[in-house]
Amino acid sequence: MPANGAPTKITQGSQTKGGIGESTLRPDGTLKVTGEFAYSSDMWHEDMLWGQILRSTVAHAEIVSIDTSEALAMPGVYAVMTYDDLPTEVRNYGLEIQDTPVLAHGKVRHHGEPVAIVAADHPETARRAAAKIKVDYKELPVITDEASATAPDAILVHENRDDHHAGHVPHPNIVHRQPIVRGNVAEARGRADVIVTGEYTFGMQDQAFLGPESGLAVPEEDGGVHLYIATQWLHSDLRQMAPVLGLPEEKVRMTLAGVGGAFGGREDLSMQIHACLLALRTGKPVKIVYNRFESFFGHVHRHPAKLHYEHGATRDGKLTHMKCRIVLDGGAYASASPAVVGNAASLSVGPYVVDDVDIEAIALYTNNPPCGAMRGFGAVQACFAYEAQMDKLAKELGLDPVEFRQLNAMEQGTVMPTGQPVDSPAPVAELLRRVKAMPMPPERQWESSEGADVRQLPGGLSNTTHGEGVVRGVGYAVGIKNVGFSEGFDDYSTAKVRMEVVGGEPVATVHTAMAEVGQGGVTVHAQIARTELGVAQVTIHPADTQVGSAGSTSASRQTYVTGGAVRYACELVRERVLEIGRRKFGSYHPAWATAELLLEGGKVVTDGGEVLADLADVLEDEAVEVEEEWRHRPTEPFDLRTGQGNGHVQYSFAAHRAVVEVDTELGLVKVIELACAQDVGKALNPLSVIGQIQGGTTQGLGVAVMEEIVVDPKTAKVKNPSFTDYLIPTILDTPTIPVDVLELADEHAPYGLRGIGEAPTLSSTPAVLAAIRDATGLELNRTPVRPEHLTGT
Amino acid sequence: MRVNFTVNGRPQEADDVWEGESLLYVLRERLGLPGSKNACEQGECGSCTVRLDGVPVCSCLVAAGQVEGRDVVTVEGLADYARQRSSGTGARGGTSLDEAKGWQAKGADSQTGEGAGLSPVQQAFIDAGAVQCGFCTPGLLVAADEMLERNPNPTDADIREALSGNLCRCTGYEKIMDAVRLAAARQSEGV
Repeated sequence: MPANGAPTKITQGSQTKGGIGESTLRPDGTLKVTGEFAYSSDMWHEDMLWGQILRSTVAHAEIVSIDTSEALAMPGVYAVMTYDDLPTEVRNYGLEIQDTPVLAHGKVRHHGEPVAIVAADHPETARRAAAKIKVDYKELPVITDEASATAPDAILVHENRDDHHAGHVPHPNIVHRQPIVRGNVAEARGRADVIVTGEYTFGMQDQAFLGPESGLAVPEEDGGVHLYIATQWLHSDLRQMAPVLGLPEEKVRMTLAGVGGAFGGREDLSMQIHACLLALRTGKPVKIVYNRFESFFGHVHRHPAKLHYEHGATRDGKLTHMKCRIVLDGGAYASASPAVVGNAASLSVGPYVVDDVDIEAIALYTNNPPCGAMRGFGAVQACFAYEAQMDKLAKELGLDPVEFRQLNAMEQGTVMPTGQPVDSPAPVAELLRRVKAMPMPPERQWESSEGADVRQLPGGLSNTTHGEGVVRGVGYAVGIKNVGFSEGFDDYSTAKVRMEVVGGEPVATVHTAMAEVGQGGVTVHAQIARTELGVAQVTIHPADTQVGSAGSTSASRQTYVTGGAVRYACELVRERVLEIGRRKFGSYHPAWATAELLLEGGKVVTDGGEVLADLADVLEDEAVEVEEEWRHRPTEPFDLRTGQGNGHVQYSFAAHRAVVEVDTELGLVKVIELACAQDVGKALNPLSVIGQIQGGTTQGLGVAVMEEIVVDPKTAKVKNPSFTDYLIPTILDTPTIPVDVLELADEHAPYGLRGIGEAPTLSSTPAVLAAIRDATGLELNRTPVRPEHLTGT
Repeated sequence: MRVNFTVNGRPQEADDVWEGESLLYVLRERLGLPGSKNACEQGECGSCTVRLDGVPVCSCLVAAGQVEGRDVVTVEGLADYARQRSSGTGARGGTSLDEAKGWQAKGADSQTGEGAGLSPVQQAFIDAGAVQCGFCTPGLLVAADEMLERNPNPTDADIREALSGNLCRCTGYEKIMDAVRLAAARQSEGV
């Protein structure tokens, strides 16, 4: 019996042309507004059990003993598993370094680490059974920052490291270190008329996707398992899961269930292996759904960071040099830390021309919550710091902050600190010009005919001010983000495209393993198929592992890479269709042999527009199907000593202007407007592009003024794992976000497009901070800003 | 315990309900109506918003026993509810228990809205691009529909106030504002 909620094909486009460049609507939109769209937590199966994870209550401890007997004896409990019950010798997993235990082995390294798992016939029974498992911990001192991690007598978070970074790091509690040295900083420093330095702190942000980690594992007759799961990358999950389950990959079937947002937080495994282990152990389908409390422990977060920057500039406003040291807290397990280090280092200069740099980025192993991928991925933290530096320099030099940035803005041809030339448009100065040129929101916008509308003021309906003590500020920022997986990673995608005639109409089916997490990749795939194959109807096949890998839905890469793969597969299908056409009809018209042929409107046409045949007549009952991989141009690793190397595929740029109003007496901030200008290369779906920019902007706003996971420095325990205490922006906190989209084609990318999802998350935060500084005159070197930072209380 | 209540106009009976179960759990896991979402299960996100005797509530905070004899409307019944409101009739259709238990995602065409029979606010969410991952959408639709029922010509500040209990992580809310404005405009034009 199939699982309830298993995704089915979605067909779209019986009426519109709907090719690239149009704002076609989501094929899954109707399902999502009627409540029919099946998310991973909606999956259901007859006789299914509920899984529950027991997590550590302490951050760092030896496990003296685990007693599961009381839990096992509870009616309704089908299985309890600990490390000792794992089926094979492979008991760790990880994206790059396999350092994460499936279940704790003799030791826990962070608060909330999985220790045991339970399957029961009701979720409450499973929770109560988990609570009856007795774990005896012997607590160890906690490593919480760089000083405690690298102290001479520091406990090693991971002993006997043998990963490929272990050999080059200065201390075993450092996951990875990436220096970048270019030019001669000492000499350039001598040319500087002004030098500014700053110490910056970036708080730990959570992805806070709304759909909790969840999935349904169904045991199969061949001894394998079928997992319906919300993830960002099916094949990466599969590669990590199969060895732990002791199954060949073909016996672990993966189908993408509906994904309720991701933002990097689903790049690592969460409950995937646990659900499969319990399903294989009990022989029954097992569903696991985290609640929000558990979700805060169930995925990695954005790396909190300490950043030290020094910049110099000449009196006429040209940057001379930059030195920085970025310390990222990776927490207890590596996750994506090495790649985040590479990004932070290589993008630490920002979108500016600086020839002489001395850069170091490291990620620590600590007993804090593990940190990994989140939208912006290392570039976010750096942007917060270098943009604060730009404002400081401009102030020091008496220059306008936008003009100062434009004076130093990179452009096409600029060489990055890694030695890589930027070989596509880099309209940094133009984006700043555009965002500055947007009309300003009116002064005292909270005034209405009936007096002050408190809803438009800091404090809102708390009615804390009617305008008294409220000061406006304006701030600007711009950022640079890489697109795609970098540093030599073989970053490919696979697409299978089929064309056939159904009911007299040519229909294309697109099948990829791309994780649709809300970004609208499925919309774009249908548009690409229409453009390339000239069909109206496109069917999107559910994403699963029956087709090759589509890579991750991260790094702003899916439209570029899987979109590129869909286009490539469509081109091959088109060639095959034209071959069939030539075979059948070639003798009837010379253009079959001589003209450039296209597929348009369900017909084969010449580039001059002459119709040669209906696709229905060409194909008849024949189906053409192609499955192919597609790669963007290769990249290189960064040199471990100098950081030199053509490490990135493409860059993405956005600029923001923030307008804030601050109640200086209470320290309350209201962001009035966050305007954004972004170069997107080519907007394949303008409506979705703007949605991405507004959504990314809002996540940047969140970490500017409210979002932070608070970890107790004494115990390394998380203090606010709930939406009561971890605040994300509501519709009242979020201002209007006017967007100016620039389309300067990148000739290296499909259709000239540029990955867009992350860039708006970078500059949003520093723009808001700059605006609050402008309003208050305070230095504000940490984000998020809390009321006490503004009132000094 | 056994709980008898009305969901989307149809009498429902849930058996073997634990005292600790929420209305949300009963809807999702016992009645086959998973449209109401489980983003936080602590009353902070609004993704589980349903109408209980007409009033929008977080169904995760309502104990199942509290709905005995009462009337619930979920996102699955929103289109019917809106249709009956506009036609002025009292009786409502809705989803039968058997239909609900056997639900499967269907491939309706959102480009044309064909075969879907959406309420104005549902169609406006699609048209305005207010749906990305969509996990917040059911709760927002129920809340927005209720606001438009009370206040057919809302100002932006009214919309923000009414939807301030519904978190969205994808859109930055701009397209949600557009969607509600669009639904209000279409409603006032009678389309």
